[in-house]
Amino acid sequence: MASGHYRHIGKATVRKDAVNIVTGSLTYIDDIKMPGMLHGKVLRSPHAHADIKSIDTTKAAQLRGVRVVITFKDVPDWKIGMPEPHQRVLDHRVRYVGDGVALVAATTPEIAREALDLIEVDYDVLPSVPDMDEALKPGAPQLYDSYPGNILPPGCPYFGPNSLKAIIRGDVETGFQEADFIAEGTFGYENIPNPLPPEPPGAIVRWDGPNKMTVWSSVQCPNFLKMRLGGSTRVPEIRVVGIPCGGSYGSKITTWLVSLYAAALARAVNHPVKVYYSKEEHFSAYVLRLGSRISAKIGMKKDGTVTAVSGEWLVDTGAYSEMAQGMVAVGCGEAQLMIGSCQNWKLDTKTIVTNRNPSGTVRGFGGQELKSALVPLWTMAMEKGGLDPVEVFKKNFIKPGEGYFWRDGVWYTSSGKDYANAIEKGAEVFGWNDKWKGWLKPSKVNGSVRTGVGVGVHGNADAGEDVVEAQVRLSGDGSVVLHCSVTESGMGQRSSLCKMVAEVLNVPVERVSLTDPDTMINPFNFGLVGSRGTHAVGYAVIRAAEDAREKLLELAAVHFGLSKESLETKEGLVFSKAKPRPRIPWFRILGPMRTVTGSGNFEPDYTKPNFIMTFIEVEVDVDTGKTKLVRVVQATDAGQIIDPPTLAGQLYGGLGSAGIDTALFEETILDKTTGRILNGNMVDYKWRVFPELPDFDNVVLETGISTHRFKAVGVGEITTAPGPSAVFMAVSNALGKRITKYPATPDHILKELGRI
Amino acid sequence: MKQNKLSENAEAIRADKTISLTVNGETCILTIGDRPHDVVPSHTLAYTLRETLNLTGTKIGCDRGACAACTVLMDGRPVASCMVLTVECDGKSITTIEGLADPKTGTLHPIQKAFVDHTAFQCGFCTPGILMTTKALLEKIPSPSREDIQDALSGHYCRCISHYHVVGAVLSLSKKGD
Repeated sequence: MASGHYRHIGKATVRKDAVNIVTGSLTYIDDIKMPGMLHGKVLRSPHAHADIKSIDTTKAAQLRGVRVVITFKDVPDWKIGMPEPHQRVLDHRVRYVGDGVALVAATTPEIAREALDLIEVDYDVLPSVPDMDEALKPGAPQLYDSYPGNILPPGCPYFGPNSLKAIIRGDVETGFQEADFIAEGTFGYENIPNPLPPEPPGAIVRWDGPNKMTVWSSVQCPNFLKMRLGGSTRVPEIRVVGIPCGGSYGSKITTWLVSLYAAALARAVNHPVKVYYSKEEHFSAYVLRLGSRISAKIGMKKDGTVTAVSGEWLVDTGAYSEMAQGMVAVGCGEAQLMIGSCQNWKLDTKTIVTNRNPSGTVRGFGGQELKSALVPLWTMAMEKGGLDPVEVFKKNFIKPGEGYFWRDGVWYTSSGKDYANAIEKGAEVFGWNDKWKGWLKPSKVNGSVRTGVGVGVHGNADAGEDVVEAQVRLSGDGSVVLHCSVTESGMGQRSSLCKMVAEVLNVPVERVSLTDPDTMINPFNFGLVGSRGTHAVGYAVIRAAEDAREKLLELAAVHFGLSKESLETKEGLVFSKAKPRPRIPWFRILGPMRTVTGSGNFEPDYTKPNFIMTFIEVEVDVDTGKTKLVRVVQATDAGQIIDPPTLAGQLYGGLGSAGIDTALFEETILDKTTGRILNGNMVDYKWRVFPELPDFDNVVLETGISTHRFKAVGVGEITTAPGPSAVFMAVSNALGKRITKYPATPDHILKELGRI
Repeated sequence: MKQNKLSENAEAIRADKTISLTVNGETCILTIGDRPHDVVPSHTLAYTLRETLNLTGTKIGCDRGACAACTVLMDGRPVASCMVLTVECDGKSITTIEGLADPKTGTLHPIQKAFVDHTAFQCGFCTPGILMTTKALLEKIPSPSREDIQDALSGHYCRCISHYHVVGAVLSLSKKGD
């Protein structure tokens, strides 16, 4: 094993929060109570699109225990949205069933809920657009006066002025002339599944005066939330404290609107206010995946090289865009990683608003939505050429030296890995060569049960995204404190970062503590997103530990009368490399009153994409239409494993958080007449249960990648993304017929087979 | 005589207005009423545990009996505490996640230890409920098979996919092969 020469790295260590988790003492947002804290609730629209003609809060305000009721008339003019803010916190117009109409703060959640029933609203119901087809029709009802045609301006301001809005490269006409096969069609991934962490979103806000507020929230990126709240409210001093997330999967990257609801109430009453959604609100008024549809033409050569891709990617973001154009930018970048061989592109994009619960950030971040639509089209070209998809993916995935436009619109050349070995190893473990019988051919037929296999691929150059600053402080008592803003949302990354520091300083992991994720006490870190924890955050943390070590040894050098290079530190002791005695403790160097602090910075590096390939085997019973997921193999090269069980958890996670199963049974079902979600509860929204776990193998190579001292790259965020298109392929092969839409429910399969 | 009668009545009313349940071995006398710290008849056991008794280790996910995050043991059997009214718990013995470790020494229960050693969680929100069901399972079937474990946990929603680590942790406790 590559980890042989490390003390901690690559070995399983107990997570630092493990005992808190198993004893129930880990504090999540709803476990926090503050003196004088009030509870906020949101009155929600029953209409998909309506103007509020009148709203009367008199009775609600008079209910005992109610402290304030806020409507669009008295809410501050705070807005959210991308590329410029367009959704007011409360507006005179509601744009989806579940949109906020009024806010109440009361002494208990029950009283706040009761008060909602006492608010009298008279709506002027407007015609609505439930989906992209309706939204794009000439003369369609408009969600925003400033966005004619229901099309939002492109571009994600966070990614800079040239953020990627489309893929325009080379000359597609020439590319199609070079092609041996051309496939053309339209395919959608429009079941808008819900990432649905077990814990609903929530925030507590305390108003600390006219120019200051403090926000506690179960948020993946406290600093990003701070940036967004600052943009919305113009409050000069905002402190955000990240509370452990009871699951997020990207959906709590910023709890932007929830935090603004709590802030508006806290500002009005001068008490801390908690807003914590019910599961119904979580379903009907929080984050869904983007709706995605691609109409494209793809040209390929006989050897599997893609010569041209042209077409249009339509993205449905629901009632407003929180980050849709950012996901479009990353999705466009990731398309070029997947089809790295292709030099000719013309893929335009449109971000469309519709009258439904908005889409937001979710693991897979544009890439999953793009691939789930694009890969089925690409495979039509593979089928024409009779090409094995594993070979085609291997041939096309970006290689070192090949280039791509990334999310900021800048051209990068990959200095990462060739992942062919991971692909080959994955295929071997899965038994691909035995099971693959050709396009639309089952691997096995046993009565009514037909077995099929499929494969999907994904990679992301965001593993080195955004800036990180970290500090490591050593004390005379031998303790080590890492200062870095990292919220724990399940990946175990807080422990893994401590492990990296412990490795550099050669101390037990228990000796290293990490500060709470608080924007006031820590230097800047964008947060844990896009698999960046291992490369980007790891890099800064390692540098900070190295810097602290060097400063300590500089001080020790004076003590020893030797050069710092000739000294070593281990277990909080310093000694000469040449002469192992005497060993003096850090205390003798620092004394009781001094510490040394090292600093580390990471600047974005978009040249080292990560990689994952998902192999899928399904059994479809053509009598019942039921599909059983039999086997999953995830194959990757992580460079170096930091912690085996937590990495395995991320790879298994491909089954959860609106991943693989969105091709089988996960969907948000919208009644297009009323705009209501019909399955917005945990019985009717289907999820994978323990008795239906497939066999699951993880293939993780550790061949080293030039990221930092431990040569590791993160893969956590990407593990859901290849799943849906792989399942699509497997089901189609089992049936001997291409299915036409997600998810492959029994109903849908029996329809495809003409049996119902 | 009159006075005696009155005080008897008051006692009877008082008696009617309290319930007694054992939570993690301690007797809790709760008053039914609408003052602060009273139990309102509509309060669920999950609510009372978290808000009245401050035992926040029990997590509420859906609050509708569909995700099992709030599972506690009632007389040794796992129940979704969001689907039980507190007023129905008179005379019952409740064990929550806070009652799993040794109350005096704080030593982790072997199930907790196994979950720690197997990293059998990711975000941890569903973990307390899973641990409580596991405790009931192992008391009923000390040597569960993989299928027994998966069946026992079938109601538990975990979105991170800690399932494989959980099954591994519980299997490590199975007395099979001893």
